[in-house]
Amino acid sequence: MAATTPTHAQVLVLAGGLSHERDVSLRSGRRVAEALRSTGLEVAERDVDAALLTSLRADRPDCVVPMLHGETGEDGAIREVLDLLDVPYVGAPPAACRVAFDKPVAKAVVARAGVLTSESVCLPHETFRELGAAAVMAALVERLGLPLMVKPTRSGSALGCTVVHTAEELPAAMVNAFAYGDVALLERFVTGLEVAVPVVDDGSGPRALPAVAIQPDGGVYDYTARYTAGATEFVTPAPLSEEVGAEVARVALLAHEVLGLRDVSRSDLIVDGDGRVWFLEVNVAPGFTETSTVPLAISAAGLDLGAVCAAMVQAAVTRGGRS
Amino acid sequence: MESQPARASTRLDSYVDRYAARTAGMTASEIRALFSVASRPEVVSLAGGMPNISGLPLDVVGGAISELVATQGPVAMQYGSGQGVPELREQICDVMRLEGIDAHPDDVVVTVGSQQAVDLVTRIFCDPGDVVICEAPSYVGALGVFKAYQCDVVHAEMDADGLVPEALQQAITATKAAGKTIKFLYTIPNFHNPAGVTLSPARRHEVLEICRREDILVLEDNPYGLLGFSREPMRALRADEAEGVIYLGSFSKTFAPGFRVGWALAPHAVREKLVLAQESATLCPPQFSQMAVSAYLAQHDWQGQIKQFREMYRERRDAMVEALDDLMPASCRWNVPDGGFYVWLTLPPGIDAKAMLPRAVTARVAYVPGTAFFADGFGSSSMRLSFCYPTPERIREGVRRLAGVLEAEMELRQTFGANASAPTLEVRSGYDAPSSDLT
Repeated sequence: MAATTPTHAQVLVLAGGLSHERDVSLRSGRRVAEALRSTGLEVAERDVDAALLTSLRADRPDCVVPMLHGETGEDGAIREVLDLLDVPYVGAPPAACRVAFDKPVAKAVVARAGVLTSESVCLPHETFRELGAAAVMAALVERLGLPLMVKPTRSGSALGCTVVHTAEELPAAMVNAFAYGDVALLERFVTGLEVAVPVVDDGSGPRALPAVAIQPDGGVYDYTARYTAGATEFVTPAPLSEEVGAEVARVALLAHEVLGLRDVSRSDLIVDGDGRVWFLEVNVAPGFTETSTVPLAISAAGLDLGAVCAAMVQAAVTRGGRS
Repeated sequence: MESQPARASTRLDSYVDRYAARTAGMTASEIRALFSVASRPEVVSLAGGMPNISGLPLDVVGGAISELVATQGPVAMQYGSGQGVPELREQICDVMRLEGIDAHPDDVVVTVGSQQAVDLVTRIFCDPGDVVICEAPSYVGALGVFKAYQCDVVHAEMDADGLVPEALQQAITATKAAGKTIKFLYTIPNFHNPAGVTLSPARRHEVLEICRREDILVLEDNPYGLLGFSREPMRALRADEAEGVIYLGSFSKTFAPGFRVGWALAPHAVREKLVLAQESATLCPPQFSQMAVSAYLAQHDWQGQIKQFREMYRERRDAMVEALDDLMPASCRWNVPDGGFYVWLTLPPGIDAKAMLPRAVTARVAYVPGTAFFADGFGSSSMRLSFCYPTPERIREGVRRLAGVLEAEMELRQTFGANASAPTLEVRSGYDAPSSDLT
């Protein structure tokens, strides 16, 4: 992946914001900015605030890299605004983000393309209030069985996510999910090896990077396991047979394609004991922190993080604004 | 795909198997990540304990520092004594005299904020497994130190008059009966962080009497003692017990925290060890900061400045209490502190402050969940609200947002019932508070 971006290109990395993942975003942004600088690009970093539009108009960058996680960053909103201003940016267009960031919607789209997704139900808080939480939860357990994964429909970094092993644990898990959003996704828990498969596109078409197997010490890849160096073992490429390895790559590429994603994405998958590949979710602005899986996969592929990021910037610049 | 690369396994930390046991708990946490959002101006942060020093006479401070550099620069920028600058130690004795302490400068050890004094005292007294008795709740920064030295913390209950003597006695008796060694009682007698309460004069005598009888050393941490709103400073425990009390003081709240100057006043033998511990930790406390603080004390009406601080903080306390009275549900309880920075608020039964924090941050208001102030997992139904930094208007707005968050949370809890109150986030006592640079 050659870094052909003109060295005079001015890149603005957006990081921070007001989402619950602000801290992660700042770390991702800093790392991507440093990687881009290492290729000779002129890079500025900026938080997202009320002065952003004025700043973009006054000092228009050649390309924006939105390293914003969570709402605004991944739901397409910030990219809509960049489109309004005709500023090129790295990453998927707003409409694709809207679909991909909403976990049940993304699951449905990917399932329609023939990918395995675990059976799930998506319900807002109001449903539990109006129909009686006990009755609804009993029906959920009856239908989906245990264990269950409960998560907010629009969130990242495993915030608000709980694995529920008994029916008694479900109310607390629901409250935990609703602390991060008004709608919760409950899905049948799939036991197996968790793998992250990044997809990057340097302008010559999307390709899957080596899958990263995730083995957290505590068994659950929660916030602490994600962002505490040493708390999780990552194996790259994941210890999969050639056939299954090819399948996780195919699923990640298929998800990237059918969701209309662009430049970069990361699919989170489970490989069960029978070697079947289950799609969990996809990230349109995956983490690039020191403990994130995308930089690991880039490195495992023999690529340079700066060169990959610069190639995505180049693709965005070539594409131009409102694309 | 590229040609298949060699498989590699990594934990992204090559030292993961080499850390000391005391680093357990030093992990990334959702709670601390949420405090990152609280630093944004859109969020009304009632979480941090950053002193509001906007009223400091910067021209006076600047002039004093300029003169310091011009006249004593080579000394100020040189290494100094491990015990601290002698002139400053004399001035510290003048400060402590306001609380009835008659001390000699030789018994004062200057530290990097009183936080380092807590660390040094714990370092010289505590082996792993030793017990420190703390109020319930207690200062999160001290709990972090005790955890780092692998101490066991035993909490003793407080009420509106501070530490309950009977609870202290009970904690001592039970701990001794369990065959454990109690190294000291850690107490914040004035305008407690986080509880906001003050130990009554009668109880001061009782607490000292219990500790004398049981041969328990007292670590009296007093950063807020001069910041009372309605009366003269209370008499320090150390004023009535020289041998059994180590007193900790700080200029962080009465002047400015950036200088990082605090101190310990200790009995002679302890002081000698503290100096050696200080030298092994830092060689010496920062000479420049000490001399700058000394110049400020010498050249400025520092007592008048503290009076201004008191009035400013009282106005903010009033704003918070008035807003709580007006806006919070009757099922909440809180105290009205007579000084310091904090209100301790207890939520209606079944509401978990820690679990509610993400919702609060979404609503652009932040607080510190009560669990941060307990070593034993308690405190989930409480929170610390700081009134020291935001303006009165922002405080009211923050409470208004908090009331809305609480209303939604109560509705949620009502929907899912009592079973939903199980803690869902890991308790990390001593760590889950905003870092010191957050408001």
